[in-house]
Amino acid sequence: MEETTILEVKDLAVSFQTFEGVVQAVRGVDFSLKKGETLAIVGESGSGKSVSTKAINQLLPKKNTLIERGEILFEGKDLLKLSEKEIQKIRGNDIAMIFQDPMTSLNPTMQVGKQIAEPIIAHKGVSKGEAKQKALELMDLVGIQHPERTYKSYPHQFSGGMRQRVMIAIALACEPKILIADEPTTALDVTIQAQILDLMNNLKKDLDTSIIFITHDLGVVAQMADRVAVMYAGKIVEIGTADEIFYNPMHPYTWGLLASMPTLDVEQTSLYTIPGSPPNLLHPPEGDAFAARNEYALGIDFYEDPELFKVSETHFAKTWLLHPDAPEVIPPAEVIRRKEKFRYLNSEKRMSKTVGGEAYGRRY
Amino acid sequence: MAEDIEERKRIVEIKEYKQYFNEGKKSEVRAVKDVSFSIYEGETFGLVGESGSGKSTTGRAIIKLGDITGGQILYKGQDINSIKRRKDLLKFRKSMQMIFQDPYASLNPRLTVKEIIGGALKVHGMETNSAERTKKVHELLESVGLNKQFANRYPKEFSGGQCQRVGIARALAVEPDFIIADEAISALDVSIQAQVINLLKELKEKNNLTYLFIAHDLSMVKYISDRIGVMNRGRILEVSNADELYIAPLHPYTESLLSAIPTPDPEAERHRVRTEYDPGYHHYDNHNGVGLHEIAPEHFIYCHEDEVPLYRKKRQRLLKKAKQYA
Ligand SMILES: Nc1ncnc2c1ncn2[C@@H]1O[C@H](COP(=O)(O)OP(=O)(O)OP(=O)(O)O)[C@@H](O)[C@H]1O
Ligand SMILES: Nc1ncnc2c1ncn2[C@@H]1O[C@H](COP(=O)(O)OP(=O)(O)OP(=O)(O)O)[C@@H](O)[C@H]1O
Ligand SMILES: [Mg+2]
Ligand SMILES: [Mg+2]
Repeated sequence: MEETTILEVKDLAVSFQTFEGVVQAVRGVDFSLKKGETLAIVGESGSGKSVSTKAINQLLPKKNTLIERGEILFEGKDLLKLSEKEIQKIRGNDIAMIFQDPMTSLNPTMQVGKQIAEPIIAHKGVSKGEAKQKALELMDLVGIQHPERTYKSYPHQFSGGMRQRVMIAIALACEPKILIADEPTTALDVTIQAQILDLMNNLKKDLDTSIIFITHDLGVVAQMADRVAVMYAGKIVEIGTADEIFYNPMHPYTWGLLASMPTLDVEQTSLYTIPGSPPNLLHPPEGDAFAARNEYALGIDFYEDPELFKVSETHFAKTWLLHPDAPEVIPPAEVIRRKEKFRYLNSEKRMSKTVGGEAYGRRY
Repeated sequence: MAEDIEERKRIVEIKEYKQYFNEGKKSEVRAVKDVSFSIYEGETFGLVGESGSGKSTTGRAIIKLGDITGGQILYKGQDINSIKRRKDLLKFRKSMQMIFQDPYASLNPRLTVKEIIGGALKVHGMETNSAERTKKVHELLESVGLNKQFANRYPKEFSGGQCQRVGIARALAVEPDFIIADEAISALDVSIQAQVINLLKELKEKNNLTYLFIAHDLSMVKYISDRIGVMNRGRILEVSNADELYIAPLHPYTESLLSAIPTPDPEAERHRVRTEYDPGYHHYDNHNGVGLHEIAPEHFIYCHEDEVPLYRKKRQRLLKKAKQYA
């Protein structure tokens, strides 16, 4: 399968001017997105997942946002340099976004059906009647019951999950090339979540849509992602294929995430948590931002930020533990269990080496 | 076990609660058709189920946001409908707090975090001295894993998860007895989820709190809840103690719900089989004999009385199977 890169984010750094000073929310993020692939972004709350992706569509508040440096390349253009008028043509059309907070991103005074029809009229130049028809189809597709009746409802008359589905319908309206979904299913029950995930996967299969999927639910990541990026304090600390991140994680923060989850089958008295609290991004610490909370931190972590070490062609992690001179450490039990599975899967040669939906042998 | 429960005090009792919106109009929505359950003092009752099935509506009714269409809700033995005097309302509002599903929408955007949490303290006559109040706000922020320097920020300056923790801090501020957490942790990353869950558990033990925990994350619900109710289309379809629900899910809807939980294991995800649920299953033309029936002590299913023996058999079979694998 040919792998064309559709989006490339290079050394993106974003700060905010606030009452207390400058918050360095994103501090140098690099990633690329291939056609038809799903990249999941996970990581600490406040680590810059939403900010990094909102920058793509220029959706950050103009008033106090400082784009410190970087480029976001899409079809040969640097999106950061586009004028408001130019980005409007791309926003919602080529690159659509589903937001984390549906209530604040929907217009409370406009009928939900109209909110879905509007981008279709704006970008596709169809008649009002056609747009309405398409909107009704979309409402049905995302599982909103009785679209004819609910077309005229206002957002406050919808449950949290229904609002979320309206957002999804709006994002899908123009069949975007890139869909950025920021926690699109956190407000949904697991059965509807499963439907929506199938829907997104179909979109990917039928139209070769690329998806950036931000979520805290590692189960959803396992189900959706071809590749996974893990963020901490404004940087990507580990990136790799889904199998590499779930079965062969290298960064202690990733270890902490995987160990924090409750499991359905094992009795637990209290959940594992990563000690301490995240760094203050007004004054990011010297060295590795995770060092203070990292029980595997080495001396060097406290004064020098590690580079991204290469684990495989597709797998990179920002931890000194990968340096040839680093001591051997023993990861948490949960991670050891996962690494055993990695060896088993590799020995069975059941893993496909290529990145991309089909090659992974998924169900859809 | 069953006897213990009999003796325990019910903090909330919901009896045949109904909630219709736009009643009588063409746009009428029967959000809650018939919901009855009790929450015992000191327990965590998990409420899960279909999106739009009426979970938040039920939560909002318990906390007295708006009038209910039918039925009765008792809090500490008193019909909440009869709480009308300002003083009693204030007492009620202090005793019961809600953490809302949409963090940005539930915090006043024009107030700083200090004003939001401090305001709650002030309304309830706690920490009247301004310096004390600031100290308390800082303590609360730290208890939910937020930096105390965040006190001067406005809600929009927070990430989704940070904002949700402000909502949790505000709820904890007035030291309530009963907390309704509506999707309170779904916006948080797993490590902070674990932190908040551990915190909620710890507070529960320390202050003898009771929780109604509404959520979609079924593994977290299992972990935190003593008992769980499963909702679908305005009805409770199954109520059971938490462990049993996962070993012996009886209602087909519960089965489909459990089969849809994604696991953090890509290889397992590639092979997972989902059970579909046909909602026609709990459509009964004639409602005689249909209701929540007790299949086993503390395990209820919404069904026709004729189905009870079948569900009993199913339960026996599933429990036996679970034992074999244990
Ligand atoms: N408009 C703003 N003004 C000031 N600070 C902001 C603004 N928007 C975001 N921030 C800060 O930038 C950092 C990154 O926020 P972001 O929303 O990207 O986090 P996130 O990784 O999406 O977290 P979550 O998982 O909780 O949604 C946070 O510290 C946040 O407080
Ligand atoms: N003010 C309102 N006017 C009209 N209908 C409403 C109103 N509030 C809620 N509803 C309807 O009531 C039903 C139940 O909504 P509710 O918010 O309780 O669902 P929920 O179980 O919490 O769902 P979710 O998991 O998606 O949050 C939905 O069909 C919703 O559209
Ligand atoms: Mg976010
Ligand atoms: Mg809800």
